[in-house]
Amino acid sequence: MQSAAVATEVEQDNPLIAGLERLPVRPTALVIFGATGDLAHRKLLPALYNLAHEGALPERFEMVGVARRDQEHNEFRDMAKESIERFSRRRPDESVLKGLIDELRYVPGEFDDDDVYSHLRRVLNEFDQRAGQELNHVFYLSTAPQFFPMIAGKLGAAGLNRARDAETRIVIEKPFGYDLASARQLNAQVLEVFDESQVFRIDHYLGKETVQNLMALRFSNALFEPVWNRNFIDYVQITAAEDLGIGGRAGYYEGAGALRDLVQNHMMQLLALLTMEPPTSFDADRVRDEKLKVLEAIVPPAVSEVPSMAVRAQYGPGTVGGKRVVGYHDEEGVATDSRTETYAALRLHVSNWRWAGVPFYLRTGKQLARKITEIAVTLKPVPHLAFQSQGSVGVQPNQIILTVQPDEGVSVSLGAKIPGPTMRIRPVNMEFRYGTSFMSESPEAYERLILDAMRGDATLFTRGDEIVALWGIIDPILTAWHEDTTTPVPQYAAGTAGPSEADALLEGNAKWRRL
Amino acid sequence: MSEDIWAEQNTDPDAIEAALREMLRSRHAADQTLAPARVLNLIVVVDRAWKGEISNRLARVGRYHASRTILCAVEDGRDTLDATAVMSYRDTAGGGIGVMHESVEIDMGPEHLSGLETIVDPVVISELPTVLWCPHGHDEAIAALQGITDVILLDSDDFADADEGLARAQEEQKSAYVVDLAWLRTTPWRERLAASFDPPARRPSLAAIEGFTIRHQATSTASALLLAAWLASRLQWDTRPLVSANGAGLHGRAYTSSSRYIDIRLEAAAQDVPGLAGVTVTCDGYSLSLDRALGGLRAKESIAGHGKHSWLVLGASRGEGGILGEGVRQALLRDPTYGPALEVARGFNAHAG
Repeated sequence: MQSAAVATEVEQDNPLIAGLERLPVRPTALVIFGATGDLAHRKLLPALYNLAHEGALPERFEMVGVARRDQEHNEFRDMAKESIERFSRRRPDESVLKGLIDELRYVPGEFDDDDVYSHLRRVLNEFDQRAGQELNHVFYLSTAPQFFPMIAGKLGAAGLNRARDAETRIVIEKPFGYDLASARQLNAQVLEVFDESQVFRIDHYLGKETVQNLMALRFSNALFEPVWNRNFIDYVQITAAEDLGIGGRAGYYEGAGALRDLVQNHMMQLLALLTMEPPTSFDADRVRDEKLKVLEAIVPPAVSEVPSMAVRAQYGPGTVGGKRVVGYHDEEGVATDSRTETYAALRLHVSNWRWAGVPFYLRTGKQLARKITEIAVTLKPVPHLAFQSQGSVGVQPNQIILTVQPDEGVSVSLGAKIPGPTMRIRPVNMEFRYGTSFMSESPEAYERLILDAMRGDATLFTRGDEIVALWGIIDPILTAWHEDTTTPVPQYAAGTAGPSEADALLEGNAKWRRL
Repeated sequence: MSEDIWAEQNTDPDAIEAALREMLRSRHAADQTLAPARVLNLIVVVDRAWKGEISNRLARVGRYHASRTILCAVEDGRDTLDATAVMSYRDTAGGGIGVMHESVEIDMGPEHLSGLETIVDPVVISELPTVLWCPHGHDEAIAALQGITDVILLDSDDFADADEGLARAQEEQKSAYVVDLAWLRTTPWRERLAASFDPPARRPSLAAIEGFTIRHQATSTASALLLAAWLASRLQWDTRPLVSANGAGLHGRAYTSSSRYIDIRLEAAAQDVPGLAGVTVTCDGYSLSLDRALGGLRAKESIAGHGKHSWLVLGASRGEGGILGEGVRQALLRDPTYGPALEVARGFNAHAG
């Protein structure tokens, strides 16, 4: 089987690709398991349409939806058309949409039914026949997580895990595991059937332009790298705040909670990209090697240490955007005695030469004051403030703020003189916004990730050892919270910045940024 | 879309620049969620009689608007400057950052062109790259603005004959990076040809190409030449001038390093829109045709012993508005394959006509 590295090497031999912005993607059949689900409806199908619109899909592209719902091809096509028309980021071009939809196929059945895989095999063979060549296969698992090992196993049993003259890849949605043990088990089950080079574990945050820009900001600007260490950085805050509750997702959320939902994956990925050493190249494994190294430098807490480095909380009733909202316990489907956290805050340390002693604060929550995802890097104060006698109460340490959403960009706070006869200083912001600095809008993360998976570029996907390292940091916290069934879970009023208990995590001069 | 407008007759560059600065200050003071786009300047020099047509084209570029567009409308007999500055923005009622774009129209006379730099330079945003587009010629303007121009936007299909357009592009390359709309019309075709020969099993066919035919709208000969030249330059063929094929296009040969020849044909095709209509590549026992179709390109493949296949390669047509928008966007990028292709294209066309 050809590895991703070998495939890239062969690609460079194609003299026609030089200078092209859009590199070719080999002829591919994409199979979406869970094709009638919410993710396919809102994200995957619209992303595929946008790739088709831009001419970015492979020249031979086929797609099959697999799901339990018993329906015909045409019904699936109608559903897909509706999804695209509703959720595409651009108004669909009728002829492109028709071209994409007309060729869609649907395979109904339970995921544990061998007939589904025989049926799928026949459809894929038909595609190969029609194309006169063996197409690459990408199996996209967009199902409930309990089906991941089953589908991987069944694909292997049906011999669909590899092909003679083409490449086969499997894309696995989050959550990859429920805790450290289940993640290890799932890794083992998937790797019994597929090689690591075939496995693409999605964390869609990595497909966001601003997240990728973290690497550009750090490694293509001489301005930042010299101060990107313990000598200059006082502390770092990573915030992923939402101003919505759990909506109708109580069934999922009660079993997950904020720590699993956002911290273990998205926020820890941000932390890894922020703190990793420069990779020697932007090759998938070189980048992931560096992320792994830094994740392994985060010493997981002992269970007994968790209360001093992590805070959980639940939202109570409150007002968000001028509207009264109910507390978590009053949400439909939530147990009245639920201890599932809707807010989590952690203090972590990266134990290596670059970061020793720098606290990293992570916080996420639902029903908070506003929706924002950002990284705030606070530099140490200047060693001597010459303007103290002039009443410079406004002098603040410099901060570098990387906003992931909603207004993607970077701002740097600087001290500047207030116009006037005395030397008074206050912070001002130097801002870079995607909307003002680039003409094109950022593509949806799923467009980039689907294309990368079809091309076999795993840079923006999570490797198996990375998953284990991520869960290894979070697992003791989950254990501690699971074992503590008596301490009351702190409550915060909906529409606020979270519980006051989170303040106790902060060291030295640190304070939580206003949401 | 909302607009703030300033206008003054018999004005000067300082007044225009001051007006822009004041519009920016007052709009930002009124709404701090608005911020000015800061990507690139676009200077457009046009005949005043055709100003409306060019303005309409610029309005159709989709999201690829320059941050500050300075349209210089040249009118015979005029000896004063009249200017209008417009700051346009969308209200940000839904939250988030709103982006402001600035456009300036300056009516001027032909005698202003030799000193155009002194008029335009104070008005451009100095830290941004500056793109110059002169769709109606105005060579004097190009010369005058050489010192502040980073990128020249032109359309080598838009000249009286292809050779003149290609020669102009080559000449302009000496002083600035050139974005050629004729080249951008070939982009989907280049991408698809690259993809078609990308599978390892198909890659050897590149070395076995026996001929190719490019079908194009009659006014898009430069695009067709550039596509042929791209293939020749990428595959390192030794090329010869193409000759007129009895009024039915251009015909000629290129040679591989082993002196094997490749038959090249450029044929005019009936097509409503500018650009290419189709391309056919033939190799030993293999042929591939790509033709413009609804929803993308219709591909037809024939493999000896394996029959014929046909399929639709999906992709929306960008239209001429989209091509111009792409031209603006490409001003921020650099394509290392255009220069070599342009050189070969000029060689193809050396004796044609």
